[in-house]
Amino acid sequence: MSAAPDLLRIAGLRLEAGPGRGPARAPLLDDFSLVLRPGEFVALVGESGSGKTLAARAIVSLLPPGVTRTAGEVAVEGRDVGALGPGALRRLRGGTVGMVFQEPMVSLNPAMTVGDQLEEGLRLHRPMGADARREACLAMLARVRIGDPERCLASYPHEFSGGMRQRIMLAAVMLLKPKLLIADEPTTALDTLSQREVLDIMAELASEAGAAVILITHNLGLVARYAERCVVLEKGRTVEAGPAAQVLAAPAHPYTRRLVGSLPSRGAARRRPAQGELLRVRDLKVRYRRRGQAADFAALDGVSLEVSPGEVVAVVGASGSGKTTLGRAVLGLVPAARGEVRFESLDALALKGAARAAFCDATQLVFQDPYSSLDPRMRVRQIVAEPLRRHRLSRAARHARVEEVLAEVGLDQLADRFPHQMSGGQRQRVAIARAVVARPRFVVADEPVSALDATIQAQVLALLQKLQAQDGFACLFISHDLAVVEQIADRVIVMRDGRIVEQGSRDAVFDRPQDAYTRELLAATPRLATSQAARNSP
Amino acid sequence: MSPAARTARYVAKRLLLSVPTLLLAALFVFVLIRLLPGDPAQVMLGEGADPDAVAALHRQMGLDRPAPMQFVTWLGSALHGDLGTSVATGQPVLPLLLQRFQVTASIVLSAVAIATLLAVAGGLLAAWRHGRVLDRAIVAAATISMAVPSFWLGLMLLLAFGVKLRWLPVVGYVPLHENLGAGLAYLVLPVATLAIVESGVLTRMMRASALDVQRLEFVTHARAKGASELAVMVRHVLPNAFAPTLTLAGLTLGHLLGGAAVIETVFTLPGLGRLVVESILARDYPVVQGCLLFTALIYVLVNLAIDLCYPLLDPRVTVVG
Amino acid sequence: MRRASVPAVVGGLLLGLLVAAVLISLVWTPVDPLAIDLAAPLAPPSARHWLGSDEFGRDVLSRAMVGARISVGIALSTVACSLAAGTVVGVAAGFLRGPVDRLAMTVNDALLAFPGMLLALGVIAVFGAGATRIVFALALAYLPSVVRVVRGAVLSIREREYVEASRVMGNSEAYSMIRHVAPNASPQIAVLATSMFGWVLLAESALSFLGVGVPAPAPTWGNMLASARPYLDTAAWLGVAPGVCIAATLLGVNLVSDALRDRFDPREDR
Repeated sequence: MSAAPDLLRIAGLRLEAGPGRGPARAPLLDDFSLVLRPGEFVALVGESGSGKTLAARAIVSLLPPGVTRTAGEVAVEGRDVGALGPGALRRLRGGTVGMVFQEPMVSLNPAMTVGDQLEEGLRLHRPMGADARREACLAMLARVRIGDPERCLASYPHEFSGGMRQRIMLAAVMLLKPKLLIADEPTTALDTLSQREVLDIMAELASEAGAAVILITHNLGLVARYAERCVVLEKGRTVEAGPAAQVLAAPAHPYTRRLVGSLPSRGAARRRPAQGELLRVRDLKVRYRRRGQAADFAALDGVSLEVSPGEVVAVVGASGSGKTTLGRAVLGLVPAARGEVRFESLDALALKGAARAAFCDATQLVFQDPYSSLDPRMRVRQIVAEPLRRHRLSRAARHARVEEVLAEVGLDQLADRFPHQMSGGQRQRVAIARAVVARPRFVVADEPVSALDATIQAQVLALLQKLQAQDGFACLFISHDLAVVEQIADRVIVMRDGRIVEQGSRDAVFDRPQDAYTRELLAATPRLATSQAARNSP
Repeated sequence: MSPAARTARYVAKRLLLSVPTLLLAALFVFVLIRLLPGDPAQVMLGEGADPDAVAALHRQMGLDRPAPMQFVTWLGSALHGDLGTSVATGQPVLPLLLQRFQVTASIVLSAVAIATLLAVAGGLLAAWRHGRVLDRAIVAAATISMAVPSFWLGLMLLLAFGVKLRWLPVVGYVPLHENLGAGLAYLVLPVATLAIVESGVLTRMMRASALDVQRLEFVTHARAKGASELAVMVRHVLPNAFAPTLTLAGLTLGHLLGGAAVIETVFTLPGLGRLVVESILARDYPVVQGCLLFTALIYVLVNLAIDLCYPLLDPRVTVVG
Repeated sequence: MRRASVPAVVGGLLLGLLVAAVLISLVWTPVDPLAIDLAAPLAPPSARHWLGSDEFGRDVLSRAMVGARISVGIALSTVACSLAAGTVVGVAAGFLRGPVDRLAMTVNDALLAFPGMLLALGVIAVFGAGATRIVFALALAYLPSVVRVVRGAVLSIREREYVEASRVMGNSEAYSMIRHVAPNASPQIAVLATSMFGWVLLAESALSFLGVGVPAPAPTWGNMLASARPYLDTAAWLGVAPGVCIAATLLGVNLVSDALRDRFDPREDR
């Protein structure tokens, strides 16, 4: 085994933006080295801007326009990638090195059938007769557990869900029998259960074919589960590398430690907050009509729950489970077909005029996407001040409150900026500031940290927890990420297909799940078994 | 339901839905002509018409009956193919319209087809070589062609090729089915002018959508599979980027079919646009009315035809039954 | 502040030239544009007539300058009217939806069924030619396009999350519309206005060329081109000058419009 030549050898790779325009800026990737033997499984870990995707793209010379290699070498099976002619490069791509990308929605050409796309690769790299090609495609589709492969070949990508599309992508890539598989955040856009499925199949296929794998991810749980080795990148530099288990259990570099430390963890269960019912939902039904369908689709199918003042109730489920609809429905933003929502004993769905205004003041919503929830033409200060518009406050009082809240979220220096001048984490803090400025009694947080990097996620989550404990508002926390929920929730509600399948205190649901679906979700969530130990190390 | 049956039902449904639009358009035309001062029958027959004929037309048009009835009568006869008689020639309007429309259609269809082909090639090329000299050159050419007025370009081309070089005829028209060679000679300049002028905006549209599609992951994926650049452009980028350009081409086609008046005037072609202008100058209102109505109908039909093309391009767009 | 690109600068210069010509023409032209000089008709460009003289001996340059003023005046008025009316209808339709929207869209589609020029021709046929009537005809002809664009912008913006956030806060629909939707739609409307200016200028020239625009003896680039037609083989410059003026102006408008669109790129909107 040790006599086998290196499959991949990257030494001192340096990538810079733009062909020498203006003063030299920091390189996108600096002094990156990696050696890979056949069959190895390596994870490249980092947050956005770490350069991990660019490193992988450099292997097949598919750098985005404006990025050039200025130093170092990349050799696949001993041959420098930069020196390959176009024909050889095309053979390398797909034939020797296969790539799977992140966004299942746009990873397949919407205008071509699945069969055509699968066969395209085969025609390029593995010449065989038409019948043999079809057989190979069907076999591989079955291998990635697509039911009815025949029909799949003739269908178009949009007819499949995200998880299925990723499996089809895997099939397309593995059909070509590559020696190296690069998977760039292949499951980030999928929900927990699909994630597990896709990665398991990927690992199986790779080990069967003896292919090496580079898994690019920011999710340390996945690294723990699948990788033998891992390399940690921060802002283009390698900060740590070594066996995965060792790096995660005892991280040496401060950044790695921060990454490991930012994993959500369960704190002590909080003392049960004030009794009483702030919000009561009974048998709520919400229907959507999909275009071209005859019958309505039940987004919420008879949901009942209660929230006490000051309590954090998490709602978890896969996409399509109805959790987002629930959040919107209790605020009266989507019409309910049936059922009732009582907020402080008032019928929330029937409020009008001044009563409705009061309800809006007492409730708030934090959106998932930090990019589109803030008006791009307003400054931070104006955005945060807007909810106070109708309150009878003097100008000075309003100003003081806005300053107070901005200081609490740590944005007092940035009060005069526009949203596009801020990072995702900062924008989300603005959104939170806006949500709490009017001292609401109930906040719906719809996946507030899902779009953020790991370290930023930890910061924002901590901020949310601090504000919640301090101001005492009740919170309906919607998320698909069980790890995050484990940290913040007092009670947990599990939803599936518009219904609640389990609810209970956090510890009860996580430690003693009753429902089979809950158990499946928990098993699928990649968690570090050693997370406690990691945080204890100096 | 079979795809063919579903498509037929969709077409029927869309046609039905365009009826209110067409009715409104017809109403607008009706009202417009009625806005002319004086007796509509007199207007229709012209200044020096026989008073008896005017009185007869007055009764026939139902001008003594309430306005809505008049509209219905007028619309009714229009649907039967009777669009009145031209004041200038005394001939029925509809056959005249159709004859002129043939001329316009032959020019416009060829020009838009050529322009679209040029645009697709140019746009894809520019997107492929984004940021480099070829891209900038194509964009510059397209921008300039958008700014050049069609009538001026036509005049200049006529001057160059017709007068100075004497390669092509300056005035006249021969239908293609009568004499292919001569007919083509008369068509070259007008079609070329129109194609050049229209290709600019189409090229830019194609380039913009190609650039957008190029950024999508499946294009990178295709490259990562080892597909050649040509294959990537033609098989992956083009089908997904063509829709907005097709829309624009369709709109252009619809508008031009209503009369490329300036081109027809420059090249003295007996087309629909020139008919409208001449009729306005000659106060031949039945013809004006007929042209407007006919144009609206053509536009709606062309749009419908274009809409039916979308499912061919993008399988996500299904013909909803 | 991003550095202006070359095309934007060129566009700005061209438009600047146009504005200069218009402003200067208000107080001075090299020669009286209406002065007929039958002694020197169709004279080629010379020191006296920089761009030559037409068939009546009138100075082409002076006529071109005055023509600029007339055409620009018509185009600006048309854009102003069309934009004002179209924005009101478009915003109302896009934001209120329901029956208001449906009605507005049906009428709009009916008007859209007529090519702009044809509609203008039709209106001119009924109401006659002349500057104000041309403005009315063209404004009506382009109104449906304005309504379409404005409504489209409003529709896409009202679904954005910050508008929803405003609703969650309890703000009235009217407030959300004025405070959030309108300002974010203004870039698209600005781009539309500049493009429209170009279309209208072209349409007015075409109408004049066809003989149904501004009547003689007032010069516009379009009718200058039309009257030059019979003399093209002997006095080719007569055909070049007005055409170049139109093309240069349109080029300037397009380049500036592009620059505006890039400036208001959705990337910044994020």
